[in-house]
Amino acid sequence: MSEQKLTGAQIVIKALKDQGVDIIFGYPGGAVLPIYDALFQQNDLKHVLVRHEQAAVHAAEGYARSTGKVGCVLVTSGPGATNAVTGLLDALCDSIPLVCLSGQVPTHLIGNDAFQEADTTGITRPCTKHNYLVKDVDNLARTLHEAFFVARSGRPGPVLVDIPKDVQFADGTYVPPAEVKHKTYRPQVKAEMARIEEAVDLIANAKRPVFYTGGGVINAGPFAAKLLTQFVKATGFPITSTLMGLGAFPASESQWLGMLGMHGTYEANLAMYECDVMINIGARFDDRVTGKLSDFSPGSKKIHVDIDPSSINKNVAVDIPIVGDCGAVLEDMLRVWKARAKSPDKAALKEWWGRIEGWRARNCLNYNRTESVIKPQYALERLREALRGKDHYITTEVGQHQMWAAQFLPFDQPNRWMTSGGLGTMGYGLPAAIGAQLAHPDAIVVDVSGEASFLMNMQEIGTAVQYRAPVKIFILNNQYMGMVRQWQELLHGSRYSQSYSEALPDFVKLAEAWGCVGLRATTVAEVDQVIEKMLTVTDRPCIIDIAVDPKENCFPMIPGGKAHNEILFGPDDSPSSATPEDGMVLV
Amino acid sequence: MDQNMIEKHTIAVLVDNEPGVLARVIGLFSGRGYNIESLTVAEVNNADHLSRITLVTSGTRMIIEQIKAQLGRLVPVHRVHDLTDEGPAVERELALVKVAGTGDKRIEALRLADIFKAKVVDATLTSFVFELTGTTEQVDDFVGLMGQLGLVEASRTGVVAMSKGPTAF
Repeated sequence: MSEQKLTGAQIVIKALKDQGVDIIFGYPGGAVLPIYDALFQQNDLKHVLVRHEQAAVHAAEGYARSTGKVGCVLVTSGPGATNAVTGLLDALCDSIPLVCLSGQVPTHLIGNDAFQEADTTGITRPCTKHNYLVKDVDNLARTLHEAFFVARSGRPGPVLVDIPKDVQFADGTYVPPAEVKHKTYRPQVKAEMARIEEAVDLIANAKRPVFYTGGGVINAGPFAAKLLTQFVKATGFPITSTLMGLGAFPASESQWLGMLGMHGTYEANLAMYECDVMINIGARFDDRVTGKLSDFSPGSKKIHVDIDPSSINKNVAVDIPIVGDCGAVLEDMLRVWKARAKSPDKAALKEWWGRIEGWRARNCLNYNRTESVIKPQYALERLREALRGKDHYITTEVGQHQMWAAQFLPFDQPNRWMTSGGLGTMGYGLPAAIGAQLAHPDAIVVDVSGEASFLMNMQEIGTAVQYRAPVKIFILNNQYMGMVRQWQELLHGSRYSQSYSEALPDFVKLAEAWGCVGLRATTVAEVDQVIEKMLTVTDRPCIIDIAVDPKENCFPMIPGGKAHNEILFGPDDSPSSATPEDGMVLV
Repeated sequence: MDQNMIEKHTIAVLVDNEPGVLARVIGLFSGRGYNIESLTVAEVNNADHLSRITLVTSGTRMIIEQIKAQLGRLVPVHRVHDLTDEGPAVERELALVKVAGTGDKRIEALRLADIFKAKVVDATLTSFVFELTGTTEQVDDFVGLMGQLGLVEASRTGVVAMSKGPTAF
């Protein structure tokens, strides 16, 4: 090993390169100037200058989710770090692997209320999977390699490394990743064989089974999605997924029931309610999925595969808990299934599919098709047709448009769909789209957006222009915070308190001010035209302002505190009788 | 078994003695709304810089399992053991109890201290500081009795615990 001394800043750059980082999203400031100086003096690592630190983290999330690699962020001390907090928690909630480097005031000033000082490790402790404050330059390389290991291992998540400015200047010794082994952290990847065999037996004897899969399959990598697809096809069982898991199983297959949960399909939610065996792979029984816990899938035996032991039996007690990586577990399950020549109960399955087809025939995603106004669902259907067969990635903001995108856009591959699921961060989609676009320069990246969410991080248009990221910002503009308005309509007597988007800019002029392409559709006939035009723009961002029906609500909907079989299909279902007092207090 | 019954558990956690580790444990309890009835921590292995945290908590069976799983996923945590679940364990806490008074009350305090095998670690003409080691219940009883005999203040360590038998946890 070479005894060559490097400065802390040089160690940072070397460690990032050795960890395979090619893009880092960041914003400079006083406490990270040495690192920015070291960045300036090299060409391997590309730095992307965002316009706000929150966006740096979301961009790194978009990069990470579309590539499966660890995203990387660099911010300064104090406000740089606090601005990053929302992004870090977003990544924690959705289990996205990130390493965020933050500058810190020099070690001798820590605790003195110095300029731009914040207790960054204290503030980010509950918002990260793990964090470090490096006080000795000789620990820097080891800590950085550990941070990458922790971020991508087990249940992935964001890791923050806080680096005081004097440590960036100090000379220290570099150690390569191969020489670093974490003292304690050994997440369980392989599951117990006995549990897998037990699960396969239960699966083979199921009469009314359903697969319920989640982001864990996506996080386990494309190989896991392939194994899932094989296993689901081998069984012939129906499959549904959470918002986070879309794309793990191809949406174009007939076994796909669509997303489940609060705005999931009728067939998916009723299959969950009526099933006798539930096979949960990499999902966490989130409250958006379960609805009323005491009425959640009351008659089923439940198998739960999760890499995080704390996800098991947290909300829902399960019969066969399996701790392990979804890919490794699926591999074992498939092997046992084949080795024991298992086959499903064909007669029972036929009857079960018969019932599911009955629910499907309800056509729950149907909406009132009209020529007089653009329905948001129609705009997404046209987007779907335009993107068919093209290499594309979708991000979203948060709200009605997000749920419609999940309902109406089909995903046949993993890592193509990026949305803020756990934290529900408005303003996520644009920076995430930039991150995904920079990772896949030749693909089409669309941020399905609402006008209110777009305004939350619209400064990032500047970033997209600077790096020639031709992201498409597809705004379903209903001039409301639509989901807030929908809840106010259903639960608060249509008193639309503060949910109207007042004083909106002219989005076409806004695009032009930035040197982007701005397009607008106000009639049904214009929708196809703007989509076609938008797809021809390949050298700069494009903002598409679609004036949609301001009163449209997102259905189906299971109101808070209700069970899966108490679903609202549309505006004709009486909302007053569907919203009990205990549901109102839920979010 | 009643799933909603509140159980009290003593949990031992072996952690890397690094900055912030206690804050992680405490933050987990406050952030997720779990109870801490007592918590003690000190380094127990200087060579490897390992600390042992003993905490007493209460909750339903599902909550207790969740607490252990959440503790287990903290990166600097080596091991989590539920001493209440894993068979017989000894639990002790140490208390310093200051009592002030004269005459019969002073004599009675000293007599009770003798019965509880408490040591006098400080004495003035008008006060004692007793040192008592025992189970939580014994300490509760002693402090309760001193309440009628001029109790000034009590300081308690909280529970430390260890499984019985020859093996480490």
